[in-house]
Amino acid sequence: MNLDLHGFGPALAAGTLMTIKLALCALSLGLLLGLLGALAKTSPYKPLQWLGGTYSTIVRGVPELLWVLLIYFGTVNLMRDIGEAIGHPGLELSAFAAGAIALGICFGAYATEVFRGAILAIPKGHREAGQALGLSTPRIFWRLILPQMWRIALPGLGNLFMILMKDTALVSVIGLEEIMRRSQIAVTSSKEPFIFFMVAAFIYLGLTILAMIGLHFLEKRAGRGFIRSAA
Amino acid sequence: MNWEVIIKWLPRLAEGAMLTLELVGIAVIAGLILAIPLGIARSSKHWYVRAVPYGYIFFFRGTPLLVQLFLVYYGLAQFDAVRQGPLWPYLRDAYWCAILTMTLHTAAYIAEILRGAIQAVPPGEVEAARALGMSRWQTMLYIILPRAARIGLPAYSNEVILMLKASALASTVTLLELTGMARTIIARTYLPVEIFFAAGLFYLGIAYVLVRGFKLLERWLRVDACQGR
Repeated sequence: MNLDLHGFGPALAAGTLMTIKLALCALSLGLLLGLLGALAKTSPYKPLQWLGGTYSTIVRGVPELLWVLLIYFGTVNLMRDIGEAIGHPGLELSAFAAGAIALGICFGAYATEVFRGAILAIPKGHREAGQALGLSTPRIFWRLILPQMWRIALPGLGNLFMILMKDTALVSVIGLEEIMRRSQIAVTSSKEPFIFFMVAAFIYLGLTILAMIGLHFLEKRAGRGFIRSAA
Repeated sequence: MNWEVIIKWLPRLAEGAMLTLELVGIAVIAGLILAIPLGIARSSKHWYVRAVPYGYIFFFRGTPLLVQLFLVYYGLAQFDAVRQGPLWPYLRDAYWCAILTMTLHTAAYIAEILRGAIQAVPPGEVEAARALGMSRWQTMLYIILPRAARIGLPAYSNEVILMLKASALASTVTLLELTGMARTIIARTYLPVEIFFAAGLFYLGIAYVLVRGFKLLERWLRVDACQGR
């Protein structure tokens, strides 16, 4: 079988690039939210614990598609009000920004649990040693906890990143021109839905494989100096 | 927040929630049935038995559900053989396409859960069954599977919740389930925040009930006691 893309190859490539950009943007936002959430959940203050817990519970209980739609369509009024306040009447959230925020929020909710587990897995003695050396609390977190957390959190975060990459397809629903949207456009003119959606599927598979390889190296790097137990 | 609008449209949202429950219910049960042979084959000792379910699982876990849904709903219609085939009345219908795709999708994940559970069954118990003179199939049916079901149940309950959320994608192929219904109502009322908020509450409520239900099931199957906890 000869694969004929009807000249839509460059468009699909551009879509792939857009998907990668979206995934990376959502990842950075999600990592930040996840870290904050985990810090809130493990903090000694009750209101912060409650805040972190509510964030991760509510976000994880509602479909990602609903978040994408809610953030895109639900913030129109808010953005207009902000725009008028700062003197840009036509201000609105682009599909890219809405998608990155929505997916970032979802990623962050799951990452909260991963980071929390990693923080709890670090022996208490390390923190006490930091205190004995006279380090401040933020410094203990930055120099002692955070560098050790990565190694423990990385496998969990890797899984979440792969889920995130597949969830970027949802942003096509609000019109962002990533792989899915580009394939849909190609389908309307070529009338070959099976071919183009299959190509899209294989692009996603390729991205997943790339992410798996990248993670393998990251995990190897993070785990240097640690011997894996035989079990 | 305009509460009157939410209350006014609550019955329609409940209607959508019923369809969501129906889709998820059928998909996770049919998926489980499909996943049992897949999971058993996936944990086989022979590489040629493992290869087919491995490829299936890799494809369905490596691509977005949205792509799979479009492949089935739009993609299959490209072929005349499908359009003239006996299954066309079903494959033409968004409802059956959504159920088929969700079933195939979740079966891949459940098969992987099942593989993990089968491999986590203590080898001593399998050997004991074999020493008692049970055949391979008897061991599988009476020892390994009941044991694996209890080991895999918590992960299965996770998968059911994930499918509940994935069912929102059915709205992209014109089905009026909870998300689809919410979008239709918004097209009429122009109140996205209120209606999506109400739909989100429905999802949270369903997820909460499911979590509770699986807790009860775990207690009924005595999952903790079986694992010596």
